[in-house]
Amino acid sequence: MNAEQIIFYLLSAMILGFGVLSVTTRKIFRSAIWLLFTLIGIAGLYFWLELEFIAAVQIIVYVGGIVVLILFSVFLTQQSGLQMKKPRQGRSVSAILAVVIGFGLTYLLIAQHGFISSTQPFVWSMEMIGRQMMGTKQGGYALPFEVVSMLLLAAMIGAIVIAIKPKAIEK
Amino acid sequence: MNSIPIEQILFVSTALFFIGMYGMFTRRNMITMLMAIELILNSVNINFLAFNKYLYPGKLDGMFFTIFIIAIAAAEAAVAIAIIINLYRSHQSIDVETAEEMKH
Repeated sequence: MNAEQIIFYLLSAMILGFGVLSVTTRKIFRSAIWLLFTLIGIAGLYFWLELEFIAAVQIIVYVGGIVVLILFSVFLTQQSGLQMKKPRQGRSVSAILAVVIGFGLTYLLIAQHGFISSTQPFVWSMEMIGRQMMGTKQGGYALPFEVVSMLLLAAMIGAIVIAIKPKAIEK
Repeated sequence: MNSIPIEQILFVSTALFFIGMYGMFTRRNMITMLMAIELILNSVNINFLAFNKYLYPGKLDGMFFTIFIIAIAAAEAAVAIAIIINLYRSHQSIDVETAEEMKH
């Protein structure tokens, strides 16, 4: 077993272990912190795949943006030390059953499919990403790029309109 | 890179997806359900990048899908948290069981 495999297994154990802790712990603040570690582990997996740009985007947007947003909403809505209610026994057991069966069936399909990996090396550069992102020819992503920018504008306005205090509208 | 077959990366992403599903099934608190959705979206991103790198190394489409998913996830989280804070103002709780006026 070489160093590459050891790093992959460590990162996988980190992602899955912290992910399980994040959905099972009963303190909401700890749940957010475990989610943070899961997302850092996923960024590490992207570094391991030699996709440094995506890893940087993952750290900036998820770790620096979304988790901080979630932590702020936890502070705004409840006491963070409070324990959440335990899920009902029957619901928890049936959820575990459904998840294990679903995982088993899905992984059975993956294992039987027999993927044929390509042998040619994977090359990418920021210039290639930029040219294809703004390209209007075959395979260009200019239209989705514009649509996503409209979506972000709409989400920003929507978030402000939803979260504004009702008193401010009446004035 | 080829010392790890693609099936093992898909194992990680599938397991992460079903961990997120377990969170969606058992959690009753809206913020923790949002965290479970983030886990599911991240597992999809791992899938896209692994397929791009292992099966179609001459193209970049998996990377573009990942970038767009990250952008949409950020917008979705912002709107969801605005809704949660508004719900907390009117109900003093963010438990999904207490928000049932629109159930019937």
